[in-house]
Amino acid sequence: MRKFELLDGLVAPLDRANVDTDAIIPKQFLKSIKRSGFGPNAFDEWRYLDHGEPGMDNSKRPLNKEFVLNLPRYQGAQILLARENFGCGSSREHAPWALEDYGFRVIIAPSFADIFFHNCFKNGLLPIKLEAAKVDALFKAVEANAGYRLKVGLEQQTITTPDGTVYKFEVDAFRKHCLLNGLDDIGLTLQHVEDIRAYETKHRAAQPWLFA
Amino acid sequence: MSAKTLYDKLWDSHVVRQEADGTALLYIDRHLVHEVTSPQAFEGLKLAKRKLWRTSSILAVADHNVPTTNRAAGIADPVSRLQVETLDANCAEFKVTEFKMNDARQGIVHVIGPEQGATLPGMTVVCGDSHTSTHGAFAALAHGIGTSEVEHVMATQCLVAKKSKAMLVKVEGALGKGVTAKDVALAVIGKIGTAGGTGYAIEFAGSAIRALSMEGRMTLCNMAIEAGARAGMVAADETTLAYIKGRPFAPQGEQWDKAVAYWRTLHSEEGAQFDAVVELDAAGIRPQVTWGTSPEMVTSIDGRVPDPASAPDAVKRGDWERALAYMDLKANTPIGEIRIDKVFIGSCTNGRIEDMRAAATVAKGRKVAANVKLAMVVPGSGLVKAQAEKEGLDKVFIEAGFEWRDPGCSMCLAMNDDRLEPGERCAATSNRNFEGRQGQGGRTHLVSPAMAAAAAIAGHFIDVSKE
Repeated sequence: MRKFELLDGLVAPLDRANVDTDAIIPKQFLKSIKRSGFGPNAFDEWRYLDHGEPGMDNSKRPLNKEFVLNLPRYQGAQILLARENFGCGSSREHAPWALEDYGFRVIIAPSFADIFFHNCFKNGLLPIKLEAAKVDALFKAVEANAGYRLKVGLEQQTITTPDGTVYKFEVDAFRKHCLLNGLDDIGLTLQHVEDIRAYETKHRAAQPWLFA
Repeated sequence: MSAKTLYDKLWDSHVVRQEADGTALLYIDRHLVHEVTSPQAFEGLKLAKRKLWRTSSILAVADHNVPTTNRAAGIADPVSRLQVETLDANCAEFKVTEFKMNDARQGIVHVIGPEQGATLPGMTVVCGDSHTSTHGAFAALAHGIGTSEVEHVMATQCLVAKKSKAMLVKVEGALGKGVTAKDVALAVIGKIGTAGGTGYAIEFAGSAIRALSMEGRMTLCNMAIEAGARAGMVAADETTLAYIKGRPFAPQGEQWDKAVAYWRTLHSEEGAQFDAVVELDAAGIRPQVTWGTSPEMVTSIDGRVPDPASAPDAVKRGDWERALAYMDLKANTPIGEIRIDKVFIGSCTNGRIEDMRAAATVAKGRKVAANVKLAMVVPGSGLVKAQAEKEGLDKVFIEAGFEWRDPGCSMCLAMNDDRLEPGERCAATSNRNFEGRQGQGGRTHLVSPAMAAAAAIAGHFIDVSKE
């Protein structure tokens, strides 16, 4: 997994609540057996005017020029600013894969759906929960200032605005450690093989029918 | 020691180790696998030269991509076919038990787990699918996981997790005529919102829940994720035990007796504390119909499409306006005047035998309305299909003008050929009315099986409680 330490990135605003993972990556792209290449189809139904299918040359498809991520001022954005309950619905990890492949490294929202939130950390994406009023202030600032950037420091757990305002954010200590060091969960868990074996032996004795 | 909730009991009995900050390794008893969220996990294992920790914990099935007609011809779409073939190849290589597409036991993963007795009380159950919450109906701790977690469970039999908060949703009283578990689920979501359960594990309790069949409890727990809760659960009781007894993966003989003794302890204790409590009066719940693009955008069959001007805040007003535009609905339209183009009865929410029976009861001796282009019934599994055919339900549907299909996820998410065309409006018994969920530009109204069948006959939504 890619490490995350410090990011100074352009911000794009997606001003709607309850953005679901079907919207982030529509079902037809879930037929892929790969982990990569979902970026061109992130937000496919909002981003293009035609119906997308796997295998199409996305560079030739008609863009929906009104969709916020298609506006020239947001090209190259690495920070997505979003509203409540971002990432709700399906557990598809293709959603963070698509956002990461698109180029996002940070998503800032007042709240996230649980499964999506966890999936982000496993893919080098940092989801940041920030109070609704602060998110609202950021939406206003992004819209008022072309080229609006934020500095996100994971070690310090801070977001710094161009005028020097600093917002602190919370992050789970274990997730922070993994993201800072680009660590894979499986390797970490396998350090506890003996604990798992001991638990399993005890569990099997108590409920043998689970091991039939 | 303080009184424990059902969630406490399930959590505590599966903690392998716990760090000071609460991060735990949680042991997983049952891992259900399907074709969409597993190929990258199997590939990850192979690349890292890792093995499955406990092969017998896994049960695999292809459900999302499979066609619901003419299965003998195989899967026409080469991309879908490759995904199903990849599952077959991975299961063969790793020696995982798999019900293949043409196996009589094939079906939607959340239908076949319980049907086979592969879901048991006291278990932890995971699957790379958000509707894994379904299995909580058996007093199990069950929730959806991402593909990285699928790989993690395959390699370690554990999940890295932190305990959620506990929410009690209590529904007391008797449900009215024509009111089902689906209506309870939608009413709960309408009350607490699609993020109301975020960060919680929900236990459904109360006399109305006790009175539900296992099928009904599964429908309810299935929709817990639509309220934002990764896990939903119901305490074990005689209904639970009666459902499980004799199923292929269920314990037998002396093992059964031992298991039952343990399973009877799987309920919240008197005085157990919850972080949040939500109460509903069963008698006050009417048949529900969603009008928007999120399951919380729901009202009763007696209701009207709301006016965005009456939304509680600016963000909601924007959402409602966008939803009405997408759904092509005008504010204040009575729900009963909304005409439909298609009907979908099936899915992991409502694809079980009881759902087939409820829809058939309404359809019997009647005809699908002329304005309804397609009304399809997709049983949740091959065994549900066989049972329905034994009861003659297939004939009831076919005579009424419904199509009777082969089992799979079908038009709940439209990964196969079953989908809405742009602008089409559907009465669906599935779980999500998101934009594009059933096909790009498609408009979904979530309802119970009886309400969907009644809408198919009338051509518009109609109050099934007055049928």
